[in-house]
Amino acid sequence: MKLVACVKQVPDTTEVKVDPKTHTLVRDGVPSILNPYDHYAVEECVRIKEKIGDGSVIVITMGPPQARSALMKCLALGADEAVLISDKAFAGSDTFATAYTLAQAIRKLGSIDMVFCGQQAIDGDTAQVGPEIAQQLGMPQVTYVEKIEIDDKHKLTIHKQTEDGYHILEAKAPLLLALLPPTSFQPGNPPMSRILKAKKKPFNIWDAEKLGGDKSKFGLDGSFTQVIKTYTPPSRGECEIIEKEGKEAAKKLGEILLKHEALIKR
Amino acid sequence: MGIEIILDKCTGCGLCVKACPFAAINIKDKKAEIEANCTLCGSCVEICKFDAILLERPKPSDKDLSEYKDVWIFVELREKDIKKVSFELATKAREIADTLGERVGAVILGGKVKHLCDDIAAYGVDVIYTAENENLIQYNTSNYAGILTGLILKYKPNIVLFPATHLGRDLAPRVAAALEVGLTADCTGLSIKDGLLLQTRPAFGGNIMADIISPSARPQMATIRPNVMKVQSPDSSRKAEIISIPVDIDPKAMRIIIKEIIKTTESGTKSLDEADIVISGGRGMDSAENFKILEDLAETINGVVGASRAAVDAGWRPRSDQVGQSGKTVSPKLYIACGISGKIQHQVGMKSSDTIIAINTDPEAPIFDIADCGIVGDLFEVVPILNDELKKNLSKD
Repeated sequence: MKLVACVKQVPDTTEVKVDPKTHTLVRDGVPSILNPYDHYAVEECVRIKEKIGDGSVIVITMGPPQARSALMKCLALGADEAVLISDKAFAGSDTFATAYTLAQAIRKLGSIDMVFCGQQAIDGDTAQVGPEIAQQLGMPQVTYVEKIEIDDKHKLTIHKQTEDGYHILEAKAPLLLALLPPTSFQPGNPPMSRILKAKKKPFNIWDAEKLGGDKSKFGLDGSFTQVIKTYTPPSRGECEIIEKEGKEAAKKLGEILLKHEALIKR
Repeated sequence: MGIEIILDKCTGCGLCVKACPFAAINIKDKKAEIEANCTLCGSCVEICKFDAILLERPKPSDKDLSEYKDVWIFVELREKDIKKVSFELATKAREIADTLGERVGAVILGGKVKHLCDDIAAYGVDVIYTAENENLIQYNTSNYAGILTGLILKYKPNIVLFPATHLGRDLAPRVAAALEVGLTADCTGLSIKDGLLLQTRPAFGGNIMADIISPSARPQMATIRPNVMKVQSPDSSRKAEIISIPVDIDPKAMRIIIKEIIKTTESGTKSLDEADIVISGGRGMDSAENFKILEDLAETINGVVGASRAAVDAGWRPRSDQVGQSGKTVSPKLYIACGISGKIQHQVGMKSSDTIIAINTDPEAPIFDIADCGIVGDLFEVVPILNDELKKNLSKD
């Protein structure tokens, strides 16, 4: 089986701070990391490959040359081959153009059985690129995947999160899965031996020329959405601390809440 | 432009006939034949194993944008009822349509949905497109996306809004990619600027806001966060025109099968993302049993209990209760955080709540940075007294 994992390098949003004076994002010194959702998706992809016993995992990303480090990490996590899709032509891609570019790369890789994605990336949080790739490849999709099992006949049993629980689904390849890491998941670093091994694995860099496809669908030209303005949300203001002892504080809070719209309209 | 069967490749296997939701394909002389009622939805292309179907939809640049009119919403159901978020979308769609001088359209897919039409019409919907089929009772990406894509190609709406729920975030990108149009995720604000839909959404974990437009293609599409848009009071005298779309779905063509539906929340309770009041517990709750005090408070003020990741990891609450980066995003009118330190990963999931109340023993807890009002104290002392106070006063009414 040939498996593909799509990943993204993102700024560590937990480190992003807002300048209290200028109300702009402070990006200096914010580390770039492998999107934690994708980190988990790669680990699962590798686990499924090992369970099947044969096959390969190709990890792909679209990004600047620095995104190489995210792919190297994926190789150390057990992926067999990496493709970095990098060209100025891809700059300014929205989710549609990103999905078009990644789908084009997947087509170029030949007949693919399964595509793994993280449910979303922590910088944009759109969760759109996975389903948009699936549509372009004509593959069925399962999003919000909490758990995957595969049996000897390659039949998949999938737990898909719903708003009030989960569904147990049955499916077969080809399909695209968007994975939600378990709450206990901590994206750790692979051991040094595997990092060294990763350096020997095939690493491809494709520019727009090499990728092929319809160039009018790349980057800014291929994007249908335009960001016209960004700004920091209005500050919430200071927290009013109720400076009273337990019981009195609780009573005071009660008084405040009774005047709240949500309780009046209840 | 259009759809074509490549006869050399077609084996007459009939998979496309099963996959077509509009019954627009027949097999004649062992070859597939596309009938006139084809909507170009693409369901057949997806299922064909022989690449025998060639589909070419109008390119966005070829479209006459002025042909696209009306503001549509996708109506999400929960079991047999309309979800509250659908009324929020209808209210907003009405406001936008009035600005543009257009109609509001609503799409309802399900088993039996006709009886729901008046309910949604009361919120300002002019035209309702329904498709009824027992295979639409449970959401299935391919069927829903195929039908919706077909409807949009046929009726050409200017704007289509989806709820940013699990379902909407699975469906909308599929439809947007099929139509080759833009899609803006998780909007918290919508308005009309220079005739275009101005879409506002949070990014970078809520640290920045972005205003987005989709000028070059139609429809302009967006998913909208539940609980952010206001709901107008319904006007039951309003009636909508109903257009029923005949669909034909063969379950054999479904490639993803639901084997079992597991619910971890009680039936009949409000879902976390739709609640006006959310009371969440974190590490400070100490045990699963202690959540009882939050449940009691929730009962008093008609809220829903949520949890931080720490509480879910400890096994005190099911995963479906988790608020935060790897859980749900909520934006209730009132969010009460009990024993939650409120790291950024938690904040991402609740920062857009109207009012945030924090109860925590640690005065340095980051939750106080975003709370509107807080108590530095022991939640086990505060919450029961608070509950008694509220119960006493609310029962008087």
